[in-house]
Parts: sequence; C-alpha cells; structure tokens
Amino acid sequence: MMPHFWPMFRKEFIQMRRDRLTFAMMVGVPVLQLLVFGYAIQTDVRNLPAVVLDESRTPESREIIYAFQNTGNFRIVAYVDGRSALDRAIARGDAQAAIVVPYQYPRDLARGRTATLQIIVDASDPLASQAAIAAAGAVAQIRNLVILTHAAGRASLPLEARVRPRYNPGLRSPNYIVPGLVGVILTMTMVLITAMAIVRERERGTLEQLIVTPITKTELMLGKIAPYVGVGLMQMTAVLILGRFVFDVPLTGNLLLLYGVSLVFIIASLALGLFVSTLVRTQQQAMQASFGFMLPNILLSGFMFPRQAMPEIAQWLGLLVPLTYFLKVVRGILLKGVGLEALWREVLVLAGFAVLLIALSVRRFRKTLD
Amino acid sequence: MTQAAVETRNLTRRFGALTAVRQLTLRIEEGEVFGLLGPNGSGKTTTIRMLCGLLEPSEGRATVAGIDVTAAPEQVKQRIGYMAQKVGLYEDLTTAENLDFYAGIYGLRGAAKQGRLAQVAAFLDLGERLGQLAGELSGGWKQRLALACALIHEPALLFLDEPTAGVDPAARRRFWRTIHALAQAGTTVLVTTHYMEEAEQCGRLAMMSRGHLIALGSPAEVAAQVGGRTLEDAFVILQERDER
Repeated sequence: MMPHFWPMFRKEFIQMRRDRLTFAMMVGVPVLQLLVFGYAIQTDVRNLPAVVLDESRTPESREIIYAFQNTGNFRIVAYVDGRSALDRAIARGDAQAAIVVPYQYPRDLARGRTATLQIIVDASDPLASQAAIAAAGAVAQIRNLVILTHAAGRASLPLEARVRPRYNPGLRSPNYIVPGLVGVILTMTMVLITAMAIVRERERGTLEQLIVTPITKTELMLGKIAPYVGVGLMQMTAVLILGRFVFDVPLTGNLLLLYGVSLVFIIASLALGLFVSTLVRTQQQAMQASFGFMLPNILLSGFMFPRQAMPEIAQWLGLLVPLTYFLKVVRGILLKGVGLEALWREVLVLAGFAVLLIALSVRRFRKTLD
Repeated sequence: MTQAAVETRNLTRRFGALTAVRQLTLRIEEGEVFGLLGPNGSGKTTTIRMLCGLLEPSEGRATVAGIDVTAAPEQVKQRIGYMAQKVGLYEDLTTAENLDFYAGIYGLRGAAKQGRLAQVAAFLDLGERLGQLAGELSGGWKQRLALACALIHEPALLFLDEPTAGVDPAARRRFWRTIHALAQAGTTVLVTTHYMEEAEQCGRLAMMSRGHLIALGSPAEVAAQVGGRTLEDAFVILQERDER
C-alpha cells in the first residue's frame, strides 16, 4: 500500500531539517506569538490612569476616593486643581478617567440629600472604558447599601447574588487566550508551510520531474504533509509548556485526548494548506492566499472576539472555519476538563474537514503541467 | 515489423490560439539515438512533454513502448527516464540523497536499491560527489546527477530536453559518450537540441519549425536534401523556406 509514500516522507523530512530559516520559524514563531499575545491581550482592564479633582478636601471625600482606588480599576496619577487641568490631562491622554468630588459632597451626605460624584471616562476605547464605568457604578452602589442598611437599622443585606465563575474563577485573560493560541499558531504555520512546500517544488522544477515518476497524487500529497504533523505537535507542546509556566494557565483535562484531537486538527490545517497550493502558482501567491484563509479563521472563530457578540451571519460563517471547532475543544479540555462525551461533535467536524480538504486537493491536483 | 519505441500520429497540441505542435507523425525505433532539432518555440519541448505524459495532446495519438500516452500515462512513466531543461534536482539534498529519493520513488527497495545506486554512481562517475549538496555542484556535474536520477530505474527510453544547455564543451563531449554507451546497451534516446554538433551525433533526426516537421532522416540525408551542404546550412535554408 502506497509504496512511494516513505521515500517522499524521508525526503521532505531531510529538507525540512536542513532549511534552517523555516525550521527556526516553525519553533521561534510560536514562542514569540505566545509571549506577544499572552502579555498584550488583556481584556480585563485594570489600573486605568485617573486624575482626581477634590473640591471639598474633607475626610468624606478622601474616603470615597480611597474606595475608588481600592477597586483596582483606577490608578490615581495626579490631583488637579481645576476643571481646565482635568480636561487637559484627559485630552493629552495622561489620564483616561477623572474623579470629581464636588464642594457640596460632604454637606449633601450629612443632610441626607443625594450627594453626587462625577466620573469622567475617555470612552474612545470602549473596551478600556467599560471596566471603569462598571467599577464606578459598583462603588456608588456599595456605599449606598452601607448607608441604607445603616439607616434601616439592619445588620445584614436583604439580598445577595453569589456569582461563582466556573473554570476560570480569576477571570484571567491568559486562561482564555493561551489555549486558543494553540489553535491559531497551528493554523498559521501548518497552512503556510504546506502551501509553500508544494509551490516551491513547482517553482524549482522538481514537480515536473515528480510528475513523470510513477508516484500517485495521494502518495505525493500525504508524503509531503506527514513530516509536518510532528512539527505541529512540537509547536503545541511548546505553547502548552510556556503557557503553564509563564502564564499559569491550568492544564485541567486529559492531555492524551487533547493531543489526539489536535492531531486531527493539524491534519485538517495541513490539508487546507494543500488545498491552497492547488489554487496558486507562486510562493508569493501561496503566502497571500494562506493569510487570506487565516484571517477569517482568527476573526470568526472566537479566538479574540466572543462569537456570541457577532451578528448572526458572522456566526454562521464562523461555522465554516475549522478553528472554531478546535477552540471549543481545546478550551473545553484545558479549562473545563471535559472529555469526548462533551466534544465528540466538534471532533467529528474536524475529521470531516481533514478528509474533505485532502480529497478536494487530490482531485484538483493534476499530474500534468497544464 | 517490430514494435516502435515511440510512434506518433498527427500529434497536435494547442495552447489557446497558439498551435505549438501541428500534426506530428514520427516513428522512432528501439535503440535509436533520435534528435529533435529546431529553434526555440518550434515545439520540441511540447512534443517531449506530451510523450512523457506531462501535457495532454489536443489531437492525434502517441504510443511509447507500445503504450498509449493518453490512455495509460502512468504505465508509460515506469518505462521512461526524463531530464527536463531545468533539471529537477533537490538542491538542498546531497547527490546521494537525490539518487536515493528517486530510487525510492521508482519503487526500488533494499539490496536491489543499494546495488543499483552503486551501479549508477559508478557508471556516471559520481563516487566522489556523493556527499556534496546538489546545489553546490557545477553545471556539468548537475547534469550528470540528473541523468543518473533519470536512469535509476533502468528505463527502456530516455527523453532528454536540451540536456547540455549551460554545460562546458568537455563535459558535453563526455555526456555524449555516455549517451552512446546507453544506446549501445539498447536504450532508446530522444534528445532535443539546437546545437548542430549535437545533432550530428544522432542516428536520425527530425527538424522542426513552427510546430511541424520540415525534414527527417540521418544527418547526412537531411544535409543532402538541400544539396549536400552542412547540416547547419540545411537547417537555416529549410527553416527560412518554411517561414516564407
């Protein structure tokens, strides 16, 4: 069965090992990406730089400012004397929030009137300002509760909702990002490497030589992609180890299962690369087309932006990219610790992608020059 | 009549509006060194590519070793060796690795493979170059290695598309000695060229111009067709006559 597969595999393996630049890219890129994404993508905005305009300068005002600081969402960078200084700080970007305690704040509090505070937020970045806005509301509510409970003469609150965030109790971004990054890195490198590997043979004239040999299309394609399966597994291991020790990402579930499913995903990604190679003629086109396939994978899969927030059409399109399914599997296994009983549908879809794309590529690939 | 090594009948290939090869009818006997002579764009490469199964004919038919190239291209492939104009060597593999790869692709295994590798390396004198990367070989050595790769499975037919382009005269002479040795041993060789001195080396040749045949026969016969002058004169005269 497939007598020409092993010579092809061996040859590809030697070439891969000898091409220092590609090899460095295969190992270096995942590590670099992990560090960049891991540190840079922090959706939980903390320590927003803030200025304070305290017009009353009383113990009450200091107390409420302290409460804001305690939320961890605001980092007070300066106290300003007036409105114009405050506006300048925000406009220049030195501060992204301002807390204004009016002159009459302590007096209104003492008289039982509604005492107002003003929180100004630079909302040009909605994601960054959201946390500050929510925190400001929470500070006021907690103060309200304390004051009202006290006034009503009660020792405890009438109602409390106890939220238990499961699987990622600290709501840490790296826990969400790093497992997803396994999928993103595999998609990027696997698709690009295979697409380039086939087109390179075409450009160098060796494909012409291969076509006149008795090797079959299937042997040629499988022999070509097989060595990269090992590369994919290596990349994944590197990301998981770094994720565990640099970003404290838990490895909760069954790692053997994770590797099994990843194998299917790697094959699907390699097959996508094969398919790309049948659409293009030059290495440059291969690179552009690979990026063209990669962007929807990254944007629609839910790697960075939650799929639930997307319009329905984008959600449907997201179902057409393999990464969507793999993200669900990898997050499910690593964070939730669930097994095949919860993920078998996604695994089946991934296997379907692999088979379909290989079949399509073999079909499209012609063992002639035209 | 014995079976021809190559036989074509009205073989035609079009690329869009351009007809690269037009109604070519040829018969090449086993063990012949047969030359396809013609200027660039005369259809030599397209002809050889159709015979190797690299391009499908638009019309007409061709058999190689008695097998129809359109009906069973994969069966043809085990019986032929092919050297393209741009040699298909992996420059990041060594001489030995290139040979080993093509031996494997042609289905050689184990002791038979090792034996054949040693034989081919000795025949083409590649012994001292085995550990060198193909990309670091000179033009002449690259060409010998490419020939070795094309011969690894002992093909009955050898197709060479401008094999000596970019090779120095000494290496070219050596190459032709090898070709004659192969023909002596029974291999049929079809070679394209636009060098007259190479055309003189062929047993018979076909001159092509603008995709069709303008002369056929031994070098002496072709020269005699235009009054016994040299092959080069004959070539120039026949081509001008065709283009008028």
